Amino acid sequence: MTTGRRAPFDALFDPRGVLVAGASSHPGKFGFVALHNILASGYKGKVFATNLDGGEILGVPVARTVDELPDGDIDLVFVCTPPAANAALLEACARKGVRAAFLTTAGYGEAGPEGRRAESEIVALGERLGILLAGPNGQGVVSTPSSLCAQIVAPFPPRGRIAVASQSGNFVSSFQNYAMQTGIGISRAVSAGNAAAVGIADYLEYYADDPESAVSLAYLEGVSDGRRLFTRLRGVTERKPLVVLKGGTTASGQRAAASHTGSLASDAKIFEGACRQVGVTVATTVEEAFEAAATFATQPLPAGPRVAVVTTAGGWGVVTADAIARSELELVDLPDDLRTAIDAKLPPRWSRNNPIDLAGGETRDTIPEVLAMVAEHPGVDAVVYLGLGIQSNQARMMRDGPFYPGDGLERIVAYHERQDARFARAAADVSEATGKPVLTATELAIASPDNPGPRTVRETGRLCYAASTRAVAALEHLWRYARWRRRRNLE
Amino acid sequence: MSTLSEARSKQLLARYGVPVLDERTARDADDAVAAAAGIGYPVVVKLCGDRIAHKTERGLVRLGLHDGAAVREAAMQLLAATTSEDGPVELLVAPMVRSARELIAGLHTDAQFGPCVMVGIGGVLAEALADVTFRLVPLTPVDADEMLDDLAAGSLLGPFRGEPPVDRDAMASVLLALSRVAESEPQVQSVDVNPLMIVDGRPVAVDALVEVTE
Repeated sequence: MTTGRRAPFDALFDPRGVLVAGASSHPGKFGFVALHNILASGYKGKVFATNLDGGEILGVPVARTVDELPDGDIDLVFVCTPPAANAALLEACARKGVRAAFLTTAGYGEAGPEGRRAESEIVALGERLGILLAGPNGQGVVSTPSSLCAQIVAPFPPRGRIAVASQSGNFVSSFQNYAMQTGIGISRAVSAGNAAAVGIADYLEYYADDPESAVSLAYLEGVSDGRRLFTRLRGVTERKPLVVLKGGTTASGQRAAASHTGSLASDAKIFEGACRQVGVTVATTVEEAFEAAATFATQPLPAGPRVAVVTTAGGWGVVTADAIARSELELVDLPDDLRTAIDAKLPPRWSRNNPIDLAGGETRDTIPEVLAMVAEHPGVDAVVYLGLGIQSNQARMMRDGPFYPGDGLERIVAYHERQDARFARAAADVSEATGKPVLTATELAIASPDNPGPRTVRETGRLCYAASTRAVAALEHLWRYARWRRRRNLE
Repeated sequence: MSTLSEARSKQLLARYGVPVLDERTARDADDAVAAAAGIGYPVVVKLCGDRIAHKTERGLVRLGLHDGAAVREAAMQLLAATTSEDGPVELLVAPMVRSARELIAGLHTDAQFGPCVMVGIGGVLAEALADVTFRLVPLTPVDADEMLDDLAAGSLLGPFRGEPPVDRDAMASVLLALSRVAESEPQVQSVDVNPLMIVDGRPVAVDALVEVTE
């Protein structure tokens, strides 16, 4: 995206000042919620409000007309007024130097022929005035570097490096809720609404050059010009990974066709093929989509498909191995020199193959040492680590039980909690040192999120996967993208 | 929209590098017998014409003919089965090939995505399995190679029932040829290569149907 084209998007995502047009004093109305959310999220720029009544809402003085507001202080107008008012509003905003508008207003293209006419008129007006028009009929825009939460729904997610663009506002909320839960944050998020003037591809092109964003996450429903869209997506994926959640993939594009090829050509199959061609990785569920993006944002790309599983118990390793076997990843045969090296650290009952099942033979330093040996081995491209937090879970039961802190419980509880925190940190450290992904999975991430194991994973800025199968699915996204790049000699 | 005869479909595809059998066209039974002798037995004889799109359903394919008498009888029966709606017809004489593996490949013009190349598992279960994958034209060699990895029954491409593994480069070159057809022949709306048989590990178009705009 050229500098000239970026400027209006800068006004949308990093405005110097925001005007809420159609601000309401009623806490149930969008015009109140939007103003509330902007103020509550700690937005640093100036905040203005207009409505027909004037007065003051949430401490912000309300102007009756845009003309009363200062010149040049406002980059973004968040529009909650009805369609009939919006042409005059945009004209007035343009005179004040506004360069971007987010229209949350409904009643446009989604509302019959009259709405469609109003929509094309407002698009044309935006173009004439040089105002970037986001929406209409969208939930809003979030930009954590500017502490901006200009949306009519919660939450305001933690800052991070995932950039979201969605054809459904509710999925923006879903992804942001996952960001709240996991601590893996969002850089920008926008609900495209009717995407009358600005579409998903426009946002994704902006994100591709955005230094705040490491990966894009998009929800796509309808695709109006597939060929053009994918040409543009190819430009995005050359620069950054893109995870797409596609709605409506089961709708069969059954066509009356003379050819077998035609009758086999479903929309879903063609979409999937096109994604593979341009390096977009496709997720089939909301959590898979978020976790794939979170992994791109927090782990290095693997150089190859060879995965080693380090586990403290057998069953977990077996199920994880099965998931790897079903994926495009590869459960690496344990190299002899690595086996010998681990032999020196563990009693002989360990699995002596991959999954590397320590089988309870570990002592104080075994886990960090084995993680390092495995990740450092040139025959291993990625590591999945299972079993974090078990001891701290027992520690919690002891801490909450009737005997604590006596009978030596205080000391052992502290030891277990210290150890799990240490293991979580070791996983992150070894990943950073080797440049290889090391993913930690335990259901304690959601069953007991304060357990020092998963809690420390979060503190290292990484995702603690709630199941090893989910870690494998996320890692597969990274490998598909890395492989796509490598085969096309990108980097 | 109209279709090209099998012979003309294959001639077009062959020009772009899709491998086809050593086939001959024949006007009548004498011609067909001569063609069969030139090819070597056993042979297949089919009735072929621009307006004949579904030969198998109409019984217009005779397989496994082992001598001149069988070819003559088949040719006469096929010519007699011609209807007035078929327009100009001819016979197509081809060597009889057998393969444990039938794939399907083609070209589809999608309303949203434009021309797309397809490859998948062919044979009678093709549409039930729908184990197919698509890419948008134009394909790169990497795209074509990756398509083969998409197939759920990808193990079919390895060594199979005493046959060698499928020559991946040869498969990819079929897909690249289809991509070039789409780029260079804008009148082509769809292509069916069904079956694309794997003979001695290499793909060959045993039947083909090209659909063109009028």
